[in-house]
Amino acid sequence: MDLLRFLTAGSVDDGKSTLIGRLLYDSKNILIDQLDAIERSSKNRKDGTVDLALLTDGLRAEREQGITIDVAYKYFSTPKRKFIIADTPGHIQYTRNMVTGASNADLIIILVDARNGVVEQTRRHSLIASLLNIPHVVVAINKMDLLNYDQAAYNHIVEDYKKVAEVLKLNNVSYVPISALVGDNIVDASTKMDWYQGPILLDYLENVEVKSSVNLTNARFPVQYVIRPQTEDLHDYRGYAGKIESGIYKKGDQVVVYPSGVEATIEKIELGGKEVEEAFAPQSVVLHLDQDVDISRGDSIVKKDDSLKVGQDIDAIVCWMDEKPLTVGQKYFLQHGSKVVPAMVKEIKYKLDVNQLEKITEVSKADLNEVVEVKLKTASPLAYDAYSEIRESGGAILVDQTSFVTVGAALLQ
Amino acid sequence: MSQYQLDYLDQLESESIHIFREVAGQFEKPALLFSGGKDSITLVHLALKAFRPGKFPFPLVHIDTGHNFPEALAFRDQLAEQIGEKLIVRKVEDTIKAKHLTEQKGKFASRNQLQTFTLLDTIEEFGFDACIGGARRDEEKARAKERIFSVRDDFGQWNPKLQRPELWHTYNGKIHKGENVRVFPISNWTELDIWNYIKRENIQLPSVYFSHEREVLEYQNALIAVSPYIQIDENDKISTRRVRYRTVGDMTCTAAVASEAYSIDDIISEIIATRTSERGETRIDDRFSEAAMEDRKKNGYF
Repeated sequence: MDLLRFLTAGSVDDGKSTLIGRLLYDSKNILIDQLDAIERSSKNRKDGTVDLALLTDGLRAEREQGITIDVAYKYFSTPKRKFIIADTPGHIQYTRNMVTGASNADLIIILVDARNGVVEQTRRHSLIASLLNIPHVVVAINKMDLLNYDQAAYNHIVEDYKKVAEVLKLNNVSYVPISALVGDNIVDASTKMDWYQGPILLDYLENVEVKSSVNLTNARFPVQYVIRPQTEDLHDYRGYAGKIESGIYKKGDQVVVYPSGVEATIEKIELGGKEVEEAFAPQSVVLHLDQDVDISRGDSIVKKDDSLKVGQDIDAIVCWMDEKPLTVGQKYFLQHGSKVVPAMVKEIKYKLDVNQLEKITEVSKADLNEVVEVKLKTASPLAYDAYSEIRESGGAILVDQTSFVTVGAALLQ
Repeated sequence: MSQYQLDYLDQLESESIHIFREVAGQFEKPALLFSGGKDSITLVHLALKAFRPGKFPFPLVHIDTGHNFPEALAFRDQLAEQIGEKLIVRKVEDTIKAKHLTEQKGKFASRNQLQTFTLLDTIEEFGFDACIGGARRDEEKARAKERIFSVRDDFGQWNPKLQRPELWHTYNGKIHKGENVRVFPISNWTELDIWNYIKRENIQLPSVYFSHEREVLEYQNALIAVSPYIQIDENDKISTRRVRYRTVGDMTCTAAVASEAYSIDDIISEIIATRTSERGETRIDDRFSEAAMEDRKKNGYF
């Protein structure tokens, strides 16, 4: 069975958590005791309905305020597919948690409140979807029940969003009119929107081709750990443990070790303790090389390839996630694969204006939740790829050198 | 599926092995918290895949409440010996004596809360900077919120409002002295995934997971094993039933389920058919309040 990872995004109160609750409820993926618990908690609601959002709002502070603060992961399956859902916050101040949920997603559902149309958070989340290269976008136009299921209102929002999608170069965008509260077009087709001929949401999620984000062309393998038992019978055993980020490795392949540039041949590949002829992303394996090379954690074993970049001057788009602003001249740790190197911000090239989706130049800092492109200088050479080519080898995080907090998502260019 | 596409269980397995190796690469003094339950047994199996033929770069650590199932303890010792890895056991009983802790009173007095004290003492005693645990996000709504690398302060506290962003498969394990990280390699597995994996990999489990005869006390629709650790009252209804355990925690707060499942296949069929969640059916400690787990985590619990 295959696996689809998706997230729900959109502005506050657009109904993300309710949508997930509805998906789980109508597809019979909620268990009795969980339902009992949310029914008990919903009792103090005036209208007496069950608040399906309580299924994912797992923190006390979230239930008290009726908002989502951090991403919650939910798991469900239908006979066709397994799903991992990231329910992410809509508040602008929690955008970093939305980015966390989006970073591993194959698909994003962007909710739009039909009464409000495309708003700033719709654009912000669409921008993040575009930057992170999420392969599929579904725009779910919610609360259609509050607009008497009006087709014209729906069409108007679709037209508006198409402009956003065009500017952001989003591909594979689908639209569906729904009501998460009453359950229109989520698991069951709505009886009130005959004018809509497209697939309902669950059908779409079950059948969309998981355009795997895994690149099988360019082979990348960061070494996480060196296995050296040093026992009598395994005296010469020296295995490089790691997860293949992209591509395929075969026994006998010629490889280059970075950053040293030493060349070698793959002598043996082990998967779960058994020797195999080849292995591919995202398998976790142990590689053995034909010669004793100095390799440790942070090094990469790469197949000879033109697209790999090696250098210390790196352009990166950064989603800033810290209260303290990013400034020129500041140093951070850049964590990329299994490697951590100090990196300095040499220049901020521009900032992206979320509303106009335009570049603003001559900026000196990036505040919380802002997106900038920077020039970084790393303390030692890094072997990497453009994020748009290989997600795993082009994504890195920036870590504050004293608080150790993750402060930025860096998409290497 | 194409030749180069991984089945979901292989995807989950690879993700978990990667997390294990990140712990080995990023920390000086990690530990694997091992309880003898199916989730921590699965962790050990994944660690074997991550590090063999080398040794584990961490010991197994068990925080023994003194209320464990004897079958789980025997299994724990046997497994540690079989794989030849170091096992450290620290007893809640000793912490209670040394620190004059007050034990819960009542019918099902549980040491669940007290084990946090022993855990934090053990972390300090050995200077553990990372503790690997078998919590899964599908178990409970607070767990559904926690990162795979979850930073705890020097009181072991989780701050759910200030979690580090966690992007892609890049885990930030940098901490200050005194802090530690709780690492959950099987965060993304569901109960059913675990059972399917146990079946596929032929992983051995303690006998309490399979249907057996046991003397139980029926209490508010829960079947609690008769043991020296619970208080039996005159009017209690005690009977011998065919049961199995869906989770294995303390005997005082883990309920059995009536079951005729004698094999892994039987168990998988029962889980697919059930309409009750794992913790909802078997953990009476979660029923205290809606935020029971969140509150315990904030105090240093797993």
